Amino acid sequence: MTTTAPTARPPRGRLLDPRLAIGVAIVLALLAASLMTGVYDVVGAADGAEMFAITRIPRTVALVLAGAAMAMSGLVMQLLTQNRFVEPTTTGTTEWAGLGLMLVMIAVPTAGILPRMLGAIVAAFVGTMLFFLLLRRISLRSSLVVPIVGIMLGAVVSAVTTFIALQTDMLQSLGVWFAGSFTSVLRGQYEPLWIVAVVAVAIFLVADRFTIAGLGEEVATNVGLDHRKVVLLGAGLVAVATGVVTVVVGNLPFLGLVVPNVVSMLRGDDLRSNLPWVCLVGIGVVTACDLLGRTIIAPFEVPVSLILGVLGAIGFVLLILRQRRRG
Amino acid sequence: MLAGTTATGAAATEAEGRASGPFPTARARRRYRLVVAGLVAVAALIALGLLAWDNPMPLGSDGFWRIAELRITSLVVMAVVAVAQGVATVAFQTAAGNRILTPSILGFEALYVAVQTSAVYFLGAAGISAVQGVPQFLLQVALMMGLATALFGWLLRGRRGSVHVMLLVGIVIGGGLGSVSAFMQRLLTPSEFDVLSARLFGSVANADAAYLPFAVPLVALGAVVLWLRSRRLDALALGRDVATGLGVDHRRETMLVLLLVSLLIAVSTALVGPMVFLGFLVATLAYQLSGTYDHRRILPVAALLGFVVLGGASFVMRHVFSAEGVVSIIIELVGGTVFLLVLLRKGRL
Amino acid sequence: MIQLQDVRKDYGDEVSIGPVDLAIPRGGITALVGPNGAGKSTLLTMVGRLLGLDGGTISIGGHDVARTPSKALAKVVSVLRQENHFVTRLTVRQLVGFGRFPHSKGRLTVDDEARISEAIDFLDLGALEGRYLDELSGGQRQRAYVAMVLAQETDYVLLDEPLNNLDMRHSVQMMQHLRRAAEELDRTIVVVLHDINFAGRYADRICAVKDGRVVEFGTPAEILRDDVLSAVFETPVRVIEGPDGPLAVYY
Repeated sequence: MTTTAPTARPPRGRLLDPRLAIGVAIVLALLAASLMTGVYDVVGAADGAEMFAITRIPRTVALVLAGAAMAMSGLVMQLLTQNRFVEPTTTGTTEWAGLGLMLVMIAVPTAGILPRMLGAIVAAFVGTMLFFLLLRRISLRSSLVVPIVGIMLGAVVSAVTTFIALQTDMLQSLGVWFAGSFTSVLRGQYEPLWIVAVVAVAIFLVADRFTIAGLGEEVATNVGLDHRKVVLLGAGLVAVATGVVTVVVGNLPFLGLVVPNVVSMLRGDDLRSNLPWVCLVGIGVVTACDLLGRTIIAPFEVPVSLILGVLGAIGFVLLILRQRRRG
Repeated sequence: MLAGTTATGAAATEAEGRASGPFPTARARRRYRLVVAGLVAVAALIALGLLAWDNPMPLGSDGFWRIAELRITSLVVMAVVAVAQGVATVAFQTAAGNRILTPSILGFEALYVAVQTSAVYFLGAAGISAVQGVPQFLLQVALMMGLATALFGWLLRGRRGSVHVMLLVGIVIGGGLGSVSAFMQRLLTPSEFDVLSARLFGSVANADAAYLPFAVPLVALGAVVLWLRSRRLDALALGRDVATGLGVDHRRETMLVLLLVSLLIAVSTALVGPMVFLGFLVATLAYQLSGTYDHRRILPVAALLGFVVLGGASFVMRHVFSAEGVVSIIIELVGGTVFLLVLLRKGRL
Repeated sequence: MIQLQDVRKDYGDEVSIGPVDLAIPRGGITALVGPNGAGKSTLLTMVGRLLGLDGGTISIGGHDVARTPSKALAKVVSVLRQENHFVTRLTVRQLVGFGRFPHSKGRLTVDDEARISEAIDFLDLGALEGRYLDELSGGQRQRAYVAMVLAQETDYVLLDEPLNNLDMRHSVQMMQHLRRAAEELDRTIVVVLHDINFAGRYADRICAVKDGRVVEFGTPAEILRDDVLSAVFETPVRVIEGPDGPLAVYY
């Protein structure tokens, strides 16, 4: 039996606690605001209800799914690498997904959303595994070097993507695809995003194994866990989440990094009881950023990736400085 | 055969009365001299090739020189970029204590792209000419130096100063700037974007001859000062504790080196645009080829190699594939591949 | 003489070093011993100015560590920590040559070369001097670094756990080298040691550190006693008379 459920353990943080209810209430309020925000008057107009169903509901659902999935992907990568600064944008995973997406677009210009997603997922998986492989082969002296190497790796991949895009005159469309935005999320286009709901559930179920695998191959083997399988599973889940979100929504930079770190700063490092919070805060942050993007220059929109890119960068810098203070 | 050469090497060392020097054996020294001579010859050939190939006038005639003169500018630009990137990367890797990093990731290229993009965004296609000109060039250099100095002053000072923290913050600030640039690029009309995209990739054609009177002395200054401090760089390479034990003021020296590095990279970026992996490629090859720890010998090799790579790629792309526009991208791809190989091969970072 | 006065180092609220007052006389080997995390290495690195002080003063041979320029100090005191990331493409002789850096700023004279050879021979590295550092075993590399520190020709030499990662034979050899350096070259050596018996056998003075303070300072005969060691290490220690002097037994 590989499942270990130790009976004598110090009590862990409870999965459900009253504060979670308050958090849920806040996020629900944000989501309601998201449903009601927009140029079109969904209450007054004759076809209001239909517009509501075509644009507002899909958009809000997409916010929930993408936010939760990316935040949890970041957490999985942090667990597997035991490094706080790792997430899809600091490991090249996002860039790989973009490369896969573009290759499919070039090979089959008329490709539907499913083949495109498949291309992005496969490439993201290759990229994530490559990064894990690098980490295993390299002994790192500073935890800060890991994201530096990951970002440089991402730069290499995006140089390849840019080169191909330049050769095929797709450079500007490239920017449009990768800039994460929920503007174009409509009924009939966003449904594949439900796949990431499955990923989120899977992460809930196996999160403890990621923690053990992150302690190293020896430790994992010692407790009877197949290290390789867990890493493959983790990379696979992250790849699916990143691939799907990149194709349907676009790039959501730094979300997977800032959210889990903020949660563990506020609540400590107990993974099990943090998971719902990571999910919730991820949704909340994406929704808040999207709302901000929709209102600051209304009736135009600022893509959520810009807001996340700027706010996330600030959050990231604060985290680094915090780590530095601890020494 | 093998035993014979080893014996000769050992005898040579013995004959010199156990001298230290930058090379362990006379063979290594000969090899270094051969490498330098070879690089000089190849560089000269490439320079000649770039001047003379496809030149319709007979070699040496008045017409030949008139056409050659037009090409000399780009040759000088290549030399400036090669020296700046090669020397800066080697010195930077020593100061950072890590041979897989490149100084370009400090956020310089993100700043450059942001400046170019906002020019087109706010002023339209004509905006691109608004950021050209000598004052604008110097302003961009100053802006990048300012950013770098602010970063160093903020994150390298004090007890907890750390090169890694400084680097990561630089990268992340660059990433934030990149998001803003990407947003502005989305809103450009396709024709405006075309004008801009030519500026987003490093290209010798981006350089204006008018910049050279400023770029050449600045790069020369940075490179020469770094070269003169080679012996301190050698000590820095041993790590903070050992260097301090040997009496080198580690923090001051690191700051100074990084400032000079940022001067070199700022000039190079403002001159031709972003070149992320050229320096990395050149530095990695330079360590391999020079076979010594001695910076006084590595730095010239890196500069020469930079010229050979940049000039060679231009020559091949122009005359063999007629695709000069992609020179920098090809170098980036090759450099990026080498980066991956080094990562996979190296046991420790 | 190395003089520490009211030396303090603060790490947050819980951990702190000091205040430490200590006078290590000129000559011989002084061993710093104590339990894990007692602050031995911290004290040593502060004396070697690799780590700043939060209070108090340290002077080495009359030079105030905080005020004397690093360059000048490098001719008075040399310091070696346990972990040194090494540069590839550097031979043993080239590394030892760096010991002359404070004197020649990297331009080696004939005199420098002679001293480098001396240091190499002193640590029996003659056969290895042309080898690259990454071709050596951990023990050989350790010796190369110690040779570098000796080539620096400073009156005071500080070594942080030089026996770390060395097996029995190499540990004994290293201590014998240090003993000879103290006697023949007249160096004052301060060394952090884990093994109390090595300290008892080779050191002239033992300084016991516990919870960031100096709790005992004296000759091996004064320190190697049941009550003293049991108190310092908080574990029962018995000292028996061995063939070459007292031995601590603590299994």
